Amino acid sequence: MRLTRRYRFSASHRLNTPALSLEENRRLYGKCNNPYGHGHDYVLDVTVEGPLDASGQVIDREALDALVRERVLRRLDHKNLNADVPELAAGVPTTENLAAVIRGTLAEGWPLAGRLKGVRISETDRNIFELEA
Amino acid sequence: MLLTRKAEFSASHVCANPSLSADENRAIYGANANPNGHGHNYVLEVTVEGEPDPVTGMVFDLRELKEILHQEVVEPMDHRFLNREVTPFDHVVPTTENLAVEIWRRLEPRIRESKVRLRNVRLYETRDLYVDYGGGQ
Repeated sequence: MRLTRRYRFSASHRLNTPALSLEENRRLYGKCNNPYGHGHDYVLDVTVEGPLDASGQVIDREALDALVRERVLRRLDHKNLNADVPELAAGVPTTENLAAVIRGTLAEGWPLAGRLKGVRISETDRNIFELEA
Repeated sequence: MLLTRKAEFSASHVCANPSLSADENRAIYGANANPNGHGHNYVLEVTVEGEPDPVTGMVFDLRELKEILHQEVVEPMDHRFLNREVTPFDHVVPTTENLAVEIWRRLEPRIRESKVRLRNVRLYETRDLYVDYGGGQ
């Protein structure tokens, strides 16, 4: 059985790599390269897989909410991903890289029932990224 | 090929195990343990797997699938209090997980009759919480 819970956070970012020239960055990332950055209302789906426990649940929802709040939302919501998130500061805060950071943060010593199955992040309704754990 | 059909029903439930105290139930199920119950607009997505029929070009007759969902799930569960009116929830806690298992149990034999295979039951309790059940554990 898999259970998926949805969370939301809003953050800003700018896509730019020092490995490329100003012009190349602009060509590659388009509007996402705007020097002042821009933001999104991200939607994060966290999926947990496991057998049902004696209470008839895969996982305690409140425990999952608390973990995601503590490890992810507190660090990302209303933040600038380039400036405020050390794991992203060295690279480019694409949603691909963001998904990997979130998965890594959640998976580390997974303290809850079941196992983390994967994360899915929508940057907008049209761009969705999935990563299996 | 996979084919998914959606159905909706609204029902109330209480998530509490009668062998536990009120405090224990509240610790496990939170607000879902409120003894007087509360409701959800459940959204069900049923996925079947099969090959398109060479004559009709269809995996499964959608009208038939709609009818099965109606008979097995919507009709018995829509606008009901699950704990009182729908078996086995007089003695099984109607968590979203257990409800998905029960829906699978009701649908699987009906769908198997039609030479397609039930692949997945996805049940949304709210738009921010759903479970997927594919049979077995």
